[in-house]
Amino acid sequence: MNNSITNQLRCALQYKNGYMNKLLKQTSTALFSSINSNLVVNDKSKLVSNPLFQSKGPSLCSTPALFLHKSQLHVSNCCAGQPLTQLNEDEIMLKESVRRFCSTSVAPLVSSMDEAASLDQGILKGLFDNGYMAIETPPEYGGSGLSFFASILTIEEIARFCPSISVVCDLQNTLLNTLFLKLGTEEQKNKYLPKLASEFTGSFCLSEAEAGSDAFALRTTASQDGNNFIINGTKMWISSAPHSGVFLVMANADPGKGYKGITCFIVDANTPGLTVGKKENKLGLRASATCEVHFDNVVVPRCNVLGEVGQGYKYAIEMLNEGRIGIGAQMVGLAQGCLDATVPYLLNRKQFKQPLYSFQVRTTLPFPSCSTASRSNSRSTASRYELPSPSFPAQPQADQTAALQLPGTNYPPLPFLLNRKLIKQPLYSFQCAEVATRVTSKCVELLGGVGFTKDLPVEKFYRDCKIGTIYEGTSFIQLNTIGKIVGMEYTRDAV
Amino acid sequence: MSMKILVGCKRVIDYAVKIRVRPDKMGVVTEGVKHSMNPFDEIAVEEAIRMKEAKKASEVIAVRCYSTIQQETLRTALAMGADRAIHVEVPAKDCENLGPAQVSKVLAALARREGASLVLLGKQAIDDDSNATAQMTAAHLDWPQATYASKVSSCDGKLTVTREVDGGLETVEVSLPAVVSADLRLNEPRYATLPNIMKAKKKKLDKLSLGDVGVELRQHLAVVAVSDPPTRQAGVTVDSVDSLIEALRHAGRI
Repeated sequence: MNNSITNQLRCALQYKNGYMNKLLKQTSTALFSSINSNLVVNDKSKLVSNPLFQSKGPSLCSTPALFLHKSQLHVSNCCAGQPLTQLNEDEIMLKESVRRFCSTSVAPLVSSMDEAASLDQGILKGLFDNGYMAIETPPEYGGSGLSFFASILTIEEIARFCPSISVVCDLQNTLLNTLFLKLGTEEQKNKYLPKLASEFTGSFCLSEAEAGSDAFALRTTASQDGNNFIINGTKMWISSAPHSGVFLVMANADPGKGYKGITCFIVDANTPGLTVGKKENKLGLRASATCEVHFDNVVVPRCNVLGEVGQGYKYAIEMLNEGRIGIGAQMVGLAQGCLDATVPYLLNRKQFKQPLYSFQVRTTLPFPSCSTASRSNSRSTASRYELPSPSFPAQPQADQTAALQLPGTNYPPLPFLLNRKLIKQPLYSFQCAEVATRVTSKCVELLGGVGFTKDLPVEKFYRDCKIGTIYEGTSFIQLNTIGKIVGMEYTRDAV
Repeated sequence: MSMKILVGCKRVIDYAVKIRVRPDKMGVVTEGVKHSMNPFDEIAVEEAIRMKEAKKASEVIAVRCYSTIQQETLRTALAMGADRAIHVEVPAKDCENLGPAQVSKVLAALARREGASLVLLGKQAIDDDSNATAQMTAAHLDWPQATYASKVSSCDGKLTVTREVDGGLETVEVSLPAVVSADLRLNEPRYATLPNIMKAKKKKLDKLSLGDVGVELRQHLAVVAVSDPPTRQAGVTVDSVDSLIEALRHAGRI
């Protein structure tokens, strides 16, 4: 039995590496074909019935492509045979309610918020009132107790209308709430989670002037003084800072140990010495404030350490992994929103007595499918975090390793799958950002002159999407990670 | 204060969907088409919830009769704030014949069964536009009716209802129990928040059969054919007022 599984995995590995190499070439054709092949594979998932994976005979793996899918499919096999990308009734209701909130409250203000580079306070309040800021937070802390998958759906749907609002929601759910939930003491959770659910945003402070992609080169220090820590330094690119009631600050408590001194501190916004500095004047996501935050002898008590002293670097890496899936969802939603604004115009606008669509469709057919392919990817990645079921009612988030166990078996997590998981987040983040970049760019072109004006939201999507290839790991860093993992799989012993 | 409100929730093809006639010309395409709660029913649900919040009502019961598929309309009502829901199951083969005549019988039976003192319905459904269910329900129950409500206030076992009529606004008073149908401007329905969607999952959704409510459905109408409205003819451009008048005369319009 073990043998046959090993064989299957080998086949999958071969297929997958071919796929990765294509992607790594980073040419647009390679990107497109890989995305499209992924889509085909995804479609096949619906054809592959459960018994293929459940029966353990040796001859199951006729084509590696199909198999890769089966291994992905095992996730969906666990949830009543429903494909991952097909939403259940509750998920549709969730999506509907988000869409209604966005089309009535957000959409009319998108353009003016972009122009004024400010977040409408009514919308921020709406995010709290509708429960979008505490999706996974359990009800006892004022949240809805939904799944990570629900967060991903919400982020994607909001991004269809306004990527700036989407990122505010994304950070609150995938970074702030999750960090408190996973690492907070009962006291910390009781103090902050209800407020993050109803009152204020939180900000995650990692980057500095000298510490961008090289995050662990951060220079903010936290020197111990009796039962307190004194934080000094300046953080950059801090999202939502002006609205935030709490800051999670990565500072080095023991610079002698290098990055192993990095510790995560909870700092209240009103702590003396903490000041929010100048707001960046940005290309996109203008409604979401990005600021410098200064820490000048900010005193925090020891009980404000989140998790353990010296473990901050680990927390940062782990949380950003999850965050990347959120960013992927944001980019997918953005691409979808852009298509929503573009395609109806192409169908209506006539030149040479024909709708533009009848001309453009020949050259642009791949775009809707790109968006669909990456959507299924970001969703399946989200589901991966919470086996056995990505659907409501929310399962407690499964341990990430447990999530990779084969369902219905007691096999230990397979190292191959573990690596696949590592590769997934950078891959999706990269792929979704690239899709959004191409879709928005092409949409501007398809619309012609009007696409170049602010009369349609398309130029805004075009500006907003650029951040997708930059934040929570630039595309170059993602490729670096992907390449490293692929290399590792070839240099160590096969499974 | 002990007023129970029964609210009807019909599931219809979403207002934003472009309707297509079935190839057999006996109906419209419903498969794979987005459905949602009839917008006027949504207004009725909202009004019922507001009455409950204002402590004018004790319980809001959302009801629907159709085949067992797709409970999301009732779930939506529960997520908006209805207390519980009742689904009267109609055999799938009879669903195509459900019209105001049949549904009003079921609603009347449910109102009696639940001891409701107000039946609140949308003035019409956006699919068949019958605009008859509320009136027929009132007739079956022999209760007063106030249709096309744009404002409802309740006091001492009576409802004061403002109706939008051709000449302006008409205010009527009905004593409870009564049937009221909601017009467009009655309120703006809320949408379900995430915590409420989760709470709705724990609310009771009873399933009853037609036998349970003691109603036998009979078919009174048969669909002969369904067809698309005729496509609008293209217009012509005229170069002056004189030729416009001439063209209108020619067409027999003036």
